[in-house]
Amino acid sequence: MVDKSTIQNVAKLAKLEFREDEIDMIVKKLDNVLSYVKMLDEVNVDNVDITYNPIDLKNAFREDNVGKSLDREKVLQNAPDKEMGCFKVPKVLD
Amino acid sequence: MNYKTLIGLEIHAELLTNTKIFCSCKNEFGADVNTNCCPVCLGLPGSLPVLNKKVLEYAIMAGLAFNCNIARHTKMDRKNYFYPDLTKAYQISQYDIPLCENGFIQIEKEDKTTKNIRIRRIHIEEDTGKSLHDTSGDTLLDYNRSGVPLIEIVTEPDMNSPEEAYKFLEKLKEVLLFTGVSDVKMEQGSLRCDVNINVVREDGLKSNIVELKNLNSFKAAVKAMEYEIKRHIDLLESGQNTVRETRRWDDSENRTISMRSKETVQDYRYFPEPDIVNINISDEFIENVKKSLPELPDQKRERFIKEYMIPEYDAKILTSSKELSSYFEDIVKLFNEPKVVSNWIMTELLRRVNDEGITLSDLKFEKEDFADLLSAISQGKINNNAGKKVFRAMFETGKKPNEIIEQMGLVQLQDENEIKQIIISVLENNKQSIEDYKNGKQRAFGFLVGQIMKASQGKANPQIVNSMLKEIIDNM
Amino acid sequence: MDLHKMTIKQISEKIKNREITALELTEKMLEKAKEIEKKVDSFLCITEDVAIEQAKKVDKKIANGEKVSSLAGIPIAIKDNICTEGIKTTCASRMLENFIPPYNATVVEKLNKSGTVLIGKTNMDEFAMGSSTETSAFKKTKNPWDLNKVPGGSSGGSASSVAAGQVFCSLGSDTGGSVRQPAALTGIVGLKPTYGRVSRYGLIAFGSSLDQVGIFTKDVYDCALVLKEIAGKDDMDGTSSPIEVPDYTKFLDGNVKGIKIGIPKEYFAQGIDEDVKKAVLAGVEQLKELGAIVKEISLPHTKYAVATYYIIAPSEASSNLARFDGIRYGYRTKEFDSLDDLYIKSRSEGFGEEVKRRIVIGTYALSSGYYDAYYKKALQVRTLIKQDFEKAFEDVDVIIAPTVPNVAFNFGEKNQDPLSMYMEDVCTIPANMAGVPAISIPCGFKNSLPIGMQIIGKHFDEATVLKVAHAYESCGDFKDKRPNL
Ligand SMILES: [Mg+2]
Ligand SMILES: [Zn+2]
Repeated sequence: MVDKSTIQNVAKLAKLEFREDEIDMIVKKLDNVLSYVKMLDEVNVDNVDITYNPIDLKNAFREDNVGKSLDREKVLQNAPDKEMGCFKVPKVLD
Repeated sequence: MNYKTLIGLEIHAELLTNTKIFCSCKNEFGADVNTNCCPVCLGLPGSLPVLNKKVLEYAIMAGLAFNCNIARHTKMDRKNYFYPDLTKAYQISQYDIPLCENGFIQIEKEDKTTKNIRIRRIHIEEDTGKSLHDTSGDTLLDYNRSGVPLIEIVTEPDMNSPEEAYKFLEKLKEVLLFTGVSDVKMEQGSLRCDVNINVVREDGLKSNIVELKNLNSFKAAVKAMEYEIKRHIDLLESGQNTVRETRRWDDSENRTISMRSKETVQDYRYFPEPDIVNINISDEFIENVKKSLPELPDQKRERFIKEYMIPEYDAKILTSSKELSSYFEDIVKLFNEPKVVSNWIMTELLRRVNDEGITLSDLKFEKEDFADLLSAISQGKINNNAGKKVFRAMFETGKKPNEIIEQMGLVQLQDENEIKQIIISVLENNKQSIEDYKNGKQRAFGFLVGQIMKASQGKANPQIVNSMLKEIIDNM
Repeated sequence: MDLHKMTIKQISEKIKNREITALELTEKMLEKAKEIEKKVDSFLCITEDVAIEQAKKVDKKIANGEKVSSLAGIPIAIKDNICTEGIKTTCASRMLENFIPPYNATVVEKLNKSGTVLIGKTNMDEFAMGSSTETSAFKKTKNPWDLNKVPGGSSGGSASSVAAGQVFCSLGSDTGGSVRQPAALTGIVGLKPTYGRVSRYGLIAFGSSLDQVGIFTKDVYDCALVLKEIAGKDDMDGTSSPIEVPDYTKFLDGNVKGIKIGIPKEYFAQGIDEDVKKAVLAGVEQLKELGAIVKEISLPHTKYAVATYYIIAPSEASSNLARFDGIRYGYRTKEFDSLDDLYIKSRSEGFGEEVKRRIVIGTYALSSGYYDAYYKKALQVRTLIKQDFEKAFEDVDVIIAPTVPNVAFNFGEKNQDPLSMYMEDVCTIPANMAGVPAISIPCGFKNSLPIGMQIIGKHFDEATVLKVAHAYESCGDFKDKRPNL
């Protein structure tokens, strides 16, 4: 069902890379899952709404009031690399 | 053969809320790097977004001002892509149910006819952080802007020339400013504009749509569009076509430069944002926003023409900003001669304000002072020329007009006897001019008036001088 | 009785009556926890300093005559996907091996206010993806009843820490059964509240529309106590509900006369172990004797729940886990020659196999061309599953079913075939799909391993769920059974 190049494209989208043997394994396991999931084909969902939140809650807003931000020290506390109060990454090419 | 240009715009405007769209960090331009950040806008693991109600209000306000339908049931969606300025690796935006749809903005073309530019949609979303570059070329990230609320406005490709696009943008900017929804400062990035452009030849041949980005001003946008139109036509004429791609405008080289191909379409994997519950917008909510909607420029213009009986030209200038229009109306309240007020604002006031590069709120004198000055002129206390001198002094020092008039000794000479004495002494020294006038040289009369005004140090009431001089000469 | 075998209720009395200070209790429990830890490996870190400091604070309050909550001085543990300010929170992943959150999850804030004492952060499946705690990047947690068996997962460390008596209560998270399944496998009480009942702020997201913080305790009363403390609307979580939080302990009166219990036939079909069925039905029989009314019901879309789950959860996860990109926090690869290289290597090296596999599945299901067939379809089937419950609850007050198809299994037994591991959650996933509350309580043993009974309730009706669970527990034989370690 799924071929290697599909997995490679998906991996690219997800910013992951796999060795050849890993790809084979993933193809196999994904196939497994997809063939299981295929059972959903038999469910008729015409005119059925989607559910992306299971409870009937609506309009959870906040008021536009300023609250506390973090100290910069805490903002940067887990940064793998930083400079001049900023997070640092290699040059971004556009 | 003839070509028709098709231009569609995609505009991002930052909203002028106190706080960000999903957290209570300050929405503020120019703060120290990474000081307006919290777990939510940093996208820290475990943090959750909660929608700022003001963002909905402002976006609906923009939607109403641009004649859109407002969605009653909507939701937020995730747009997934990796970029260092995007803290969660997804942008919370709106996909299939935008908050506002199917609106339009009316522009006036060169020939004075009007045209509606359709707005396909306006949706709300979050801004990204900012990338800076250090000396070694590495990228530094400041997330103060991460989570600042945006509206994205997408038009139909209804503009057929860069001028129309320019007019559209001016109008859009004006309305956003009037409603107070955004401060639309392109140089600070609070308004950003992308252009989709292509041309169609009369025989139906089309160039591929090209997207233009990094347009730092309306002028740059116009230049980029003009450049592209020529490029598209040249390519079609030589039997080629444009590439579907994104190009940026290079101001120093005056040309567009290819950024990336659009052949491989980005797959954003949009899906409903599970962390934000459904949004239902009631009639009442929309009514309340409507009530808070200020008078828009077009409505104001028409009202000014009717209510103040001023020419359309004046009305247009006076309603070019919210600040100016209310300044005008405030002065008229104090000195009820709208056309006089309008003249003074359009000439003396705006010239000096523009020369100095200041805004009306920076003026040193009070509105009452301005009105007092105009009253002094209309009552004949000083003449028009003296008035301009007084105005200049008010503008520079902020002193009261009466004080200036006293100090500069500008009070107009009204006393007929005194004026008569001056006229007689001037006539005695200019016998030749009297002869000339009597021989039909009208210019001689003007010369005499000038001499009399000079002798009075500019203070004599010109009307009195005129009529008295005529009377005296005629009786000679 | 040994201190560590007591319940919160019992120990709380002793603290309030000043039979024992919080500090004495904490020191004893730390000692005991460390001793037991050598056998079960529940913890990723033991927070001794924090515990002692928190205990001292409680003692000071009591000495000052201040009123303290029933949780004051109680040693607890927290799953390592719940953010604790200043304390590493790793999700049992190399990716977050050194991550120190600058903020507390709302549930942690609430427990801190109640005066609980944090003994440690518990082991789990990496990013909560698994049902055996074997996908942890750091260690394997053992089932206290049989050290050769898994404790279940993904909250395996939280479950074993309570079952083994290292703490009196722990928090876990339940996306498809990750609290109820390990509770069943380790013979304790595990509650997944209604979606929106407890704030998710600070719970590191796996499947955002399914995740819910859950509670492990030794008995139902303790569970009710803790739920009362952590539930309620949170301004930091827009999906948390403003519905009022009652005092759940008030409902624990043993009276189930007239309460209608639904037995869904789909949960007793093939694939469920016969002994498990028997034990659960025997429990139902006992409730019937107490006056409950039992009727068979049907939840016809049950068989699609696992398939639906294995699209929705990985899809949401693929997006939730995209933020781990090596830029702001977390693992960054040592060598890279471009930004893209940094992204790809950091993520590929930082995540474990199961996590990467699920990210791939989720990314695939959301990608263009597949979205409608997979993700959208799954969200529609989810609606049908939810409607099944709504319909059933028109007739019954609670639904009773097995928690897990079988008892605890051996290490490595289900690692090879992902689907067999997924089937561990076949009975628990539907409640996450519908967002309804569900509890697992011990109802028997097979080969000296505990069996779990699941009681599922209506949205926000944890009170009835706890009431029925408590009534059964009070007349059953399993409440005081503890493993010998
Ligand atoms: Mg956008
Ligand atoms: Zn923030």
